[in-house]
Amino acid sequence: MVRTIVLTLALTGLWLLLSGYYDKPLLLGFGAASVILCVYLAHRARMLDGEGVPSGLMPRVFFYWWWLMVEIGKANLTVARQAIAIEPALSPKLLKIVSPTRSNAGLATFANSITLTPGTVTVDLEPGYMLVHALTEDLADEAAINDMGRRVAALEKGGGA
Amino acid sequence: MITLDLVRDIASWALFLIGGAGVVIGAIGIVRFPDFYTRLHAAGITDTAGAELILLGMILQAPSWLVAAKLVFVGFFLFMTSPVSTHAIAHAAWTVGLRPMLGPDLKREGDDQ
Repeated sequence: MVRTIVLTLALTGLWLLLSGYYDKPLLLGFGAASVILCVYLAHRARMLDGEGVPSGLMPRVFFYWWWLMVEIGKANLTVARQAIAIEPALSPKLLKIVSPTRSNAGLATFANSITLTPGTVTVDLEPGYMLVHALTEDLADEAAINDMGRRVAALEKGGGA
Repeated sequence: MITLDLVRDIASWALFLIGGAGVVIGAIGIVRFPDFYTRLHAAGITDTAGAELILLGMILQAPSWLVAAKLVFVGFFLFMTSPVSTHAIAHAAWTVGLRPMLGPDLKREGDDQ
């Protein structure tokens, strides 16, 4: 039920934002109808679960994104320095990272956060661990990646994602 | 006289220049790095710093709140989708058996030299 409300609000917000019509009853009616149709179809396709609408992550995930953006900024500087260095000191490494997350949405958030940070890319997901390719010795910082994992796992606390 | 418009123009110019530099550096990295996996990292600069800083500069120049909000959404969707596409090609390369160069000597598994 909570997920239905969250999805309805999100779709309504998106429709209002993208259309920009607030005073034409006919168009607003069409908008409402399309939102209701989408929610109904999502419900019928059984997509209103922790994967389709991860509302359990919702309020805390915004603070996490803010933190992630700062980390991405720092990693960008490191990789950019290598790209324009006269002698790039690359030392690629493969790391096995054990994810502390429990839900699929949490695992996807963690794996995507690693890929989004320049210098580290999630190459493979195996049962039990993730394979991460890192560009240099500095960027292959397992402690920092595990710290990111703990932050994602903390998002999952409470609602089962 | 320093007006708000002037401050806004200077700030968005700075963001455009830094973002543009990010895109160029990413492109240089793609050419210079030695193998497929290391090149992916260079492309990551273009995906994140390049795209998001240019969008931020555009948001400062937006004529209305509605346009600014739409640009925020463009940034949000890029933020959500670019790692998925990066992972898709990295995983495809890994699955077909392309192995990365590793270590400071950039050796591939099975290379004796």
